[in-house]
Amino acid sequence: MSLGEITRVSLAKDLRLEWRSKDAINSMLFFALLVVVIFSFSFDPTAEESRHIAGGLIWVAFLFAAVVALNQTWARELRNQVLDAYRVSPAPANALFISKTVGNFIFVAVLETLMAPLFMVFYNLRSIGPVYELVLVAILATWALVANGTFFAAMSIRTRSREVMLPLILFPISIPALLAMVSATTAILTGEGSARFWVVLLVVYDVVFTTVCLLLFETVLHAE
Amino acid sequence: MSQTAPAAAVALSHVSKIFGRFAALRDVSAAFPPGKLYAILGDNGAGKTTLLRAMVGLAPPTRGKVTVLGTEDLRAATAQIGYMAHPTLLYEEMSAIENLRYFAALYGIRQDHPCERAIRAVGLDPALARRVGQYSQGMRQRLSLARALVHDPRILFLDEPFSNVDVVSAREMVHVLAQMRDLGKTIFIVTHQAVLLEGVADEFVSMAAGQISARTRDLPSGLERGAPPARATL
Repeated sequence: MSLGEITRVSLAKDLRLEWRSKDAINSMLFFALLVVVIFSFSFDPTAEESRHIAGGLIWVAFLFAAVVALNQTWARELRNQVLDAYRVSPAPANALFISKTVGNFIFVAVLETLMAPLFMVFYNLRSIGPVYELVLVAILATWALVANGTFFAAMSIRTRSREVMLPLILFPISIPALLAMVSATTAILTGEGSARFWVVLLVVYDVVFTTVCLLLFETVLHAE
Repeated sequence: MSQTAPAAAVALSHVSKIFGRFAALRDVSAAFPPGKLYAILGDNGAGKTTLLRAMVGLAPPTRGKVTVLGTEDLRAATAQIGYMAHPTLLYEEMSAIENLRYFAALYGIRQDHPCERAIRAVGLDPALARRVGQYSQGMRQRLSLARALVHDPRILFLDEPFSNVDVVSAREMVHVLAQMRDLGKTIFIVTHQAVLLEGVADEFVSMAAGQISARTRDLPSGLERGAPPARATL
C-alpha cells in the first residue's frame, strides 16, 4: 500500500476517533475561550490598540490551545499501546506523521474558524489590510505549529511528564514562526507596513521544519 | 539424496537486552525451526515478554542479533509477523470491524473478508457494532488475536493470549492456533497457563533470569494438569 493510501486511512481513523471522543476539540475550545475572555477582562483596549495587540493575543491563545490537541494525538496511540501495532507493521512511518499533522491541522483550523469571530467581537477588531492575506498567514502559521508540534509530541510520548515536556521543547523552537505570525497578523490588521517578509519567513520555516521532521520521524517512532 | 534441515524461523545469537542496570535477557542463543508451536514459560520477570519484543523488533537487543525468516532486518520481515501484546493494541472508540479494517490496511489489505474471517476465527461476530471499549476483557483478548491474524502472517508472537479468557474460550483459541500450526505457521506463545497447551505445543521453552533454562517436548514437571501448586520455600 502506498504512502498516500496509508496516510488517508490513518487520517480517516484519527478523524473518526476525534469525532467520537471530541477529546482534543473540546479541550482546545474551552482553553481558547478562557484565554479570550480573561484577556478581554484584563485589558480594555480601544479598537486601535486592539489591532496592535491582537496578533500576539490570537497566536498565543492558539499556540497554547494547540498543545492540548498535540498531546491528545499521541495519548490516543499510547492507550492499549496501539502504537506498537503500527511499529510492527510494514506501513511507512511518515504516513503516520503526515496523517497526524494533517489531522492536527484540521483540528486547529476548526478552532481558529470558531474563535476568530469571538476575537473580533471581544476586541472590536476590523482588518485594515486585505483579509485574504490573513487567511494565508493563518494557514502557514497553523502548519508551522502543528508540524513541529506533532513531531515533538511524538518525541516526548515516552517521557514521564510529557504534558510538561512538549511546551518546553516546542515553544523555543517555535519562536521564529511565532514572531513571523504575530508580526504578519499585526501588519495586516493595522495596515501598517507589508506582511510579505513575514509570510516568506513562515514559508521557509514550514518547508525546512517539515522536511527535517519527515527525515527524522522514522527514528523517533522506532526509538525505545 | 541429502535432506537439509529447514532454516530457522527465528534465530537468536548471543542476545542480551539491558535496561539501565537490569539485564532482561542474558546471552540468549537459540534456533526455532518453522512450523511449530512454542510455549514460552517462566516466572514473572524471567524475560519472556522481552524475548518476544526482541523477536518482533520492538526491543532491539543491546548485544547479539535476532534473525527472523532469514533476515536480520526485522523491518523487512514485518509483513510476515503477527504480534499480540499483553495490552490489546486496539482502539476502544472503534468497533471490531473498524479496528481490523484499519490494521489490515497497514498491510495493504483493502477487502473486508480477511477482517471478517479473522473475527469469526476467534469466535466473535463481525457484525457487532458495539465499540471495543464496551467489550468484556475476554472479548478484547480474542479481538486482539484476530488483529494479529488479519494479514495471515507466517509467524505469530502471542504474549499472554489466554489471560482473562474463560477456560472454554481459551480452549477454542488453542484449537485455532493448533490448526494454524498444522497449516505450517510458526507460533510463539508466552503464557502462565501452560496446561492449556499440553499435548498441543511442540516445545516448551522455559526461561529463568533472562536465559532459556530448558527446552522440552513435554510440559515441565510441576506444571502438569492436577499437579499441586508450587509451594514457596522459606
